[in-house]
Amino acid sequence: MFFSSPPPAPASASAAAPEESPRASGGWLARLRSGLKRSSDTLSSGLKNVFARRTLDQAALEELEDLLIQADLGPKPAARLVKDLGATRLDKTVTDAEVRAILAESLASILAPCAKPLEIDPTKKPFVVLMVGVNGNGKTTTVGKLAHGYREQGLSVLLAAADTFRAAAVEQLVAWGERTGCPVVVGPPKGDAAAVAFRAYEQARAEGRDLLLVDTAGRLHTHDNLMQELAKIGRVLKKIDPEAPHATLLVLDATTGQNAHAQVETFKALTPISGLIVTKLDGSAKGGVLVALADRFGLPIVAVGVGEGVSDLRPFDATAFARALVGLEDDRQSKQELDMSCRGDEEPST
Amino acid sequence: MFEGLNTKLGAIFDRLGRRGVISEGDITDALREARVALLEADVALSVVKDFTVKVKERALGQDVLRSVAPGQQVIKIAHDALLDMLGTTAEPLNINVAPPAVVLMLGLQGSGKTTTAAKVARFLQGTQRRKVLLASLDVRRPAAQEQLAVLAEHVGVASLPIVPGQDPLGITRRALQAARQEGFDVLILDTAGRLAVDEDLMAEAAAIRDLAQPHEKLLVLDAMTGQDALTTATHFHAKVGVTGLVLTRLDGDARGGAALSLRAVTGCPIKFLGTGEKVEALEVYHPDRLADRILGMGDVVSLVEKAAATVDKTEAEAMATKMFTGGFDLNDLAKQLRQVRKMGGLSSLLGFLPGVGKIKDQLKAANVDDRVIARQEAIILSMTLKERRDASLLGASRKRRIAKGAGVEVQDVNRLLKQFFEMEKTLRQVRRKMGPGGLAGLMGGGVSDDPDKVLARLKRGF
Repeated sequence: MFFSSPPPAPASASAAAPEESPRASGGWLARLRSGLKRSSDTLSSGLKNVFARRTLDQAALEELEDLLIQADLGPKPAARLVKDLGATRLDKTVTDAEVRAILAESLASILAPCAKPLEIDPTKKPFVVLMVGVNGNGKTTTVGKLAHGYREQGLSVLLAAADTFRAAAVEQLVAWGERTGCPVVVGPPKGDAAAVAFRAYEQARAEGRDLLLVDTAGRLHTHDNLMQELAKIGRVLKKIDPEAPHATLLVLDATTGQNAHAQVETFKALTPISGLIVTKLDGSAKGGVLVALADRFGLPIVAVGVGEGVSDLRPFDATAFARALVGLEDDRQSKQELDMSCRGDEEPST
Repeated sequence: MFEGLNTKLGAIFDRLGRRGVISEGDITDALREARVALLEADVALSVVKDFTVKVKERALGQDVLRSVAPGQQVIKIAHDALLDMLGTTAEPLNINVAPPAVVLMLGLQGSGKTTTAAKVARFLQGTQRRKVLLASLDVRRPAAQEQLAVLAEHVGVASLPIVPGQDPLGITRRALQAARQEGFDVLILDTAGRLAVDEDLMAEAAAIRDLAQPHEKLLVLDAMTGQDALTTATHFHAKVGVTGLVLTRLDGDARGGAALSLRAVTGCPIKFLGTGEKVEALEVYHPDRLADRILGMGDVVSLVEKAAATVDKTEAEAMATKMFTGGFDLNDLAKQLRQVRKMGGLSSLLGFLPGVGKIKDQLKAANVDDRVIARQEAIILSMTLKERRDASLLGASRKRRIAKGAGVEVQDVNRLLKQFFEMEKTLRQVRRKMGPGGLAGLMGGGVSDDPDKVLARLKRGF
């Protein structure tokens, strides 16, 4: 599991698989890859057309740059990667596979330092994790998945529904609480979010919980007053323990484009961010902005969300991500695995 | 919204506009910068390419470079090319059919479908006097149906009672029946968020479509979406068919590039823009005004319309009469302050005005924000009714009491009074100049008439 408290060996597929249940073990890597595969489809089919076997000239490099831009890498990292490629290979005849391998390597070298799981300090009881992000990027769902993962590890988890703004957000978290067997602390609708967080913290301490996950309301980083409310939650938690929250995770939607930069920047300015969780990587979005973010901020990427099910939160594997992004994995076999296993543990509808 | 793009593109073309002589190289440079600005705003690459090619072709083709004001011409060309992307006319919702008109909301998870459904319902019921029924078909996300029910109650629109365990098609059938039997004009169906690549769920959406035969299929998209916006829109369009787009979260600092791409590539018109979390934060989409806003030319027409929608007509006329007959007191000032707040506050209003980017930043730096307005209102509310009618009563002692009551300093009270007295003075001067008939000329008809006429009047006035 990616969230084990002593950091696991570099999150490689084979190391993580045995800890999973037998049915899921064949499936999850395939699911991640398949999720990413969808992401990389456009990029890789484009690559095939560009580099079937031809001379790597300026025009070809420009096309390559376009492809990277379409994967949401952003103009600057795209230009840099292409420049690296041009420096070594210009005017040589290259194959599709070669170009992909080189690209994957450069992408992975940018991403690798960021592939770090969240470390839960067992001496903190409870270890308080604050979940933040803009609206609609999957915070509440991610809290549910995290709760499930840590429960599986035998930690005792308490959830705090500090999203008092959005209609029925509390009910949504309560449903996740029931699903994962974690109690949820709630407050009155439109009440004070900080008060809910504070009460939850006190309760978690009294009950000797290992982990407190605080779900906050989604807020656009441009809304100053909402950002101040977030700061207040942090301040109030510090009254109990000056070190709290022990981790603040920024949830980021993979479909987000270059605005992700502004989001990370603003949230980071307000509160120290311990890591990112990237959601919705099972869609058609390429998540290429991650490369740009890794390049610029170097924040740990704690986990990636690849589906709506309780167990659809995965460790971030830089190499696998990079290789899948350029379409280097052969997925014919894993796709079959996917078809068999993926639907099986899909969420029961409520 | 659109500020990042607006500031950048504005600066690029501004530089071009100020030059007397322009070479082909200047245009190429400007377009290269524009390309990066557009890409950083998440405009789809293919659309960016079309734009730069088009502008370059037209700029080089029409003797522009040898004309008197080549820079201005290039700006005009860029503006037209933007319009090509955005579409030229606003297209209203197609709900003028035999009731109930069915509107289907589609989109990815977290794009803002449910909130948008409630906003559209409020819009149709409020401004168009339609009887609207909301129904949530989202049986996947926990508490999604409750969310819509809560929002529906909040905006005062009927929602279909929740029957636990019913599947989306079942709910659709029940909603259609309820809408027909209870005489609703419009039925809005809010679906579960789904990924465009999820075949099963897309098939479900198609089944709902076949059953409900919706007159509008609105795809709701987050303005912060990157290059994937195109993929998503194309998928939804191919599998379910989309008749219109709604862009949400334009109140963030997303540069709204998706707005530029989507229309150009899918051919579907954008119908609404979501500009905030509150239920009234929905704007009808006007491509021409948006192009102005993107190039930093402001959008005065939308501002006037916004005023028309928020400001009570009779109240406005009463106020105008007061202003020009001399009975303007602090009560009226408080009313005005409240109206500014109702219209979304200073910052929101400024967003419509030309050349905003810079002013807005300066205001932010000077700490002039919407709280100032709230504070001024608080000061007036801390006065007695007599004081509000007659500001000349206010001596030092009264001012101290008022400052204490409003939680401000005496200087703040003085500042407000100074502002009020200056306003009074100006009004006196205007009255003297225009004479008794002048009032009708400037303010006649109030604010809620045809915005174009009001705009023309405003232009004459300044």
